[in-house]
Amino acid sequence: MTSSARSSHQGKPGAHRAAAGTSHEKAGVLTKGQFLEFYRQMHLIREFERECERQYTRGNIRGFLHVYSGEEAIAVGAISTLLPQDYVVTHYRDHGHALARGVNSKAIMAELFGKVTGCSKGRGGSMHLFDAEKNFMGGYAIVGGQLPVAAGLALASKYRGEDRIALCFMGDGALNEGEFHEAMNLAAIWKLPVIYFCENNLYGMGASAANNLVMYQEIYKMAAAYGIEGIQVDGNDVLAVRELMEQVTQRVRQGQGPIFVEAKTYRLRGHSIADPANYRPTDEVAYWQSRDPIPMYRGWLLAEGMASQEEIDEINAAVEREVVAAAEFADKSPFPQPADLFRWVYQEDGV
Amino acid sequence: MTVISYREAVARGLREALQEDSRVFLVGEDIGPYGGSFAVTKGFWEEFGAGRIMDSPLSESVIVGAGVGAAMAGLRPNVEIMTINFSLLAMDQIVNHAAKIRYMSGGQFSVPLMIRTVTGGGASVGATHSQSFEGWYASVPGLYVVVPSTPRDALGLFRSCRDLGDPVLFVEHILLYGSRGEVPETPYKIPLGQAEVKRLGRDVTIISYSRSVQVSLAAAELLANEGIQPEVVDLRTLRPLDIETVVQSVKKTHHAVVVEEVPKQGGFGAEVAAQVQREAFEYLNAPVERVAGEEVPIPYSPPLERLAIPDADRVAQAVRALLAQ
Repeated sequence: MTSSARSSHQGKPGAHRAAAGTSHEKAGVLTKGQFLEFYRQMHLIREFERECERQYTRGNIRGFLHVYSGEEAIAVGAISTLLPQDYVVTHYRDHGHALARGVNSKAIMAELFGKVTGCSKGRGGSMHLFDAEKNFMGGYAIVGGQLPVAAGLALASKYRGEDRIALCFMGDGALNEGEFHEAMNLAAIWKLPVIYFCENNLYGMGASAANNLVMYQEIYKMAAAYGIEGIQVDGNDVLAVRELMEQVTQRVRQGQGPIFVEAKTYRLRGHSIADPANYRPTDEVAYWQSRDPIPMYRGWLLAEGMASQEEIDEINAAVEREVVAAAEFADKSPFPQPADLFRWVYQEDGV
Repeated sequence: MTVISYREAVARGLREALQEDSRVFLVGEDIGPYGGSFAVTKGFWEEFGAGRIMDSPLSESVIVGAGVGAAMAGLRPNVEIMTINFSLLAMDQIVNHAAKIRYMSGGQFSVPLMIRTVTGGGASVGATHSQSFEGWYASVPGLYVVVPSTPRDALGLFRSCRDLGDPVLFVEHILLYGSRGEVPETPYKIPLGQAEVKRLGRDVTIISYSRSVQVSLAAAELLANEGIQPEVVDLRTLRPLDIETVVQSVKKTHHAVVVEEVPKQGGFGAEVAAQVQREAFEYLNAPVERVAGEEVPIPYSPPLERLAIPDADRVAQAVRALLAQ
C-alpha cells in the first residue's frame, strides 16, 4: 500500500493499489500528449478561476462565486478516465469539473456573466452549469442534493443495460446531510454503477471538518458502513487520482456496484469570493500551498523530462489566450431576451 | 361505462403505463409483494416483476432523487411517496431539483417524473399523517399538481400526465380510494388545467378540489332540498389553475365559496378567492367566502378530528349565511 491510496477493505490491496503519482512507473502507461493535456487542463482551470475573480470585482459576475483553485488535480485526474457516454454530476464548486469534462470555456464564462450564450442559457449561473452534449448533468447547489440524482442516472443505465456509469462529486460537507446516507444505502443495495467521490478539502463553508465530522481524516472508512468499498487518494496528485480512477471506473463498469473515493485536498481560496478564509491557520495554508497540485505536477514533468520548458510556456500561452477569449466572448454576448423569461419552465408543447 | 373504484382507476392508469411504455417503472416503499400501503399496486410485482416494480428502503429523498436522475436520462419513473406527509423528507428533490432542472439547464434536460402520493385527513391517523400539502406544491413553477376527486378524473388525468415532459405530483385522497364511479370504456383523457362543473346550479358557486369536492356535492344536495341551487366546480389541477371556468360560474351565480380541508391561513383557497375577486369583482354580491380546516394539528380522537375538517353541514351553513347577506 502506498501513501497515495488507502482502501477500507483489508486483504486485497493489490486489486486497487495506486502507485505514488510522481513516480516513473506511469510513464509507460500514458502518452506524452496525455501528460501534457493534464497539465493544460489544470492550468486552464486555475487561470479561468483567476479570471472569474477579476470579473467578479468588475461586476460582470454576480451572486455567489466558488472557485476550484487548489483542487484541479481531482477533476482532471478523475474525469479523464470516463467515457463520453458516462455521466458527471457535481456540486456548486463546478467550474473545474465542467472544464475537465470539455465544456466550452466560453460557454461557462458566458454563463457566469448571465448571458444567453452560456452553457445554461444564463438561467443557471456559477452553481448550476449544465451541458447535455457532454453528459455534464449539472452543478447542484443544495449540499448533498446531487447524490440521489446520480443514483437515478446510474439506475437508468442499469435499467437499460447500458455501459454507462455515473461519477458524482461531493465535498466533505455533504457527508453531514441525510441524502448522503440515503444515496449510499440505495446505491449499495441496488448495486448501482455510480462512483461517489468526496473532495475532502477540510472545510464545509467556513467550518472545519475537524469540528463537524468525526471521521474527517478518514472519510473513506465511512463507506464500509454501507458495504461499499472506500478508498483514499492524494487529491493533489493528478497521476495518483488518474491511476486510482482507472481501476475504479473499470470495476464499477463491470457491475460490481458503487465505490466511494475520498481525495484529500485543500481550497487555496475561501469558500466563496466573499470569504477571506481568515479562520484557517497560516501554517495550514502554507503547508497546502507547498503542495499546490499545479507546480508539483509541472515540476515533475520537467524533472522527468516529460516536457520541456518551451512546451510548458506554449501551453501557458495557449491557456492565457483561451481565458482572454472566454472573457471577451462573455462580455460581447447578449443577455437573454425579456420575452424569454418564461421559456423552459415547462416543456414548450406541454399544457 | 363501467363502475370502478378510485383505487382501481389509479391502478388501471399505472398498469396501462407499464404495459405500453417500457421506459416506465415504479419505485416506492412496500409497493412490491406487499402490494402498496393503500393496495393500489396489488398484484403488480407478480405481473411486471421486481425489475419494474422496485421496492425501496424508507428513504423518500433518494427515491424521488433517483426518479429525477432516471428521468433526466430519458426514462419515465413513477415514484410513490406513501403519504404526502412524508414528502417533506423529499422536498429538496421535488422543489429544488425536479421542478427546476429544465429551467436551470436552459431547456437541455427534462424531468418527466410522476410522483404519486396520498393526501388528506379523516382517517384517525393523527396529526403527522393527516395533512394536505398539495397547495404548497402548487406554488412551485415547474411542477404540475393534480388532485382528482373521482375515478373518472383520476384515470383521465393520469393518462394525460403520461404525455408530459415535466414533473407531476399526482395527489390521491386517503378517503377516496373506496369511492366508486362511472368510467368510460373509450381511451379518454382529461387535459390538465381544465376545471369541471360537477353540478350545475344558479345561486352560488362552490369551488373545491380532491375529496372536498365530494363534501361540496353532499352540501349541494342538502341545499337543493331548501330550494338553493349551488354550482359545484372541481379544480382538478391546482397547477395549472383554470380560474376561467370558476370566473364564468361566479359571473352567473354572483356568489362564491371556496372549500378545502387545510387550515385557512395560507390555504390554496386564498389564491382562488384572490383571483375570483380580481376577475369577477363587479359580479359578486358578497365577499368570497372560505370554508377550510381549523387552525389546529389534526387530532386523533374521531369526534375532535371531525371538528377540524369541514363537512357537508358546515359548507351548507356557510352557503346559507352567504346568501343571507
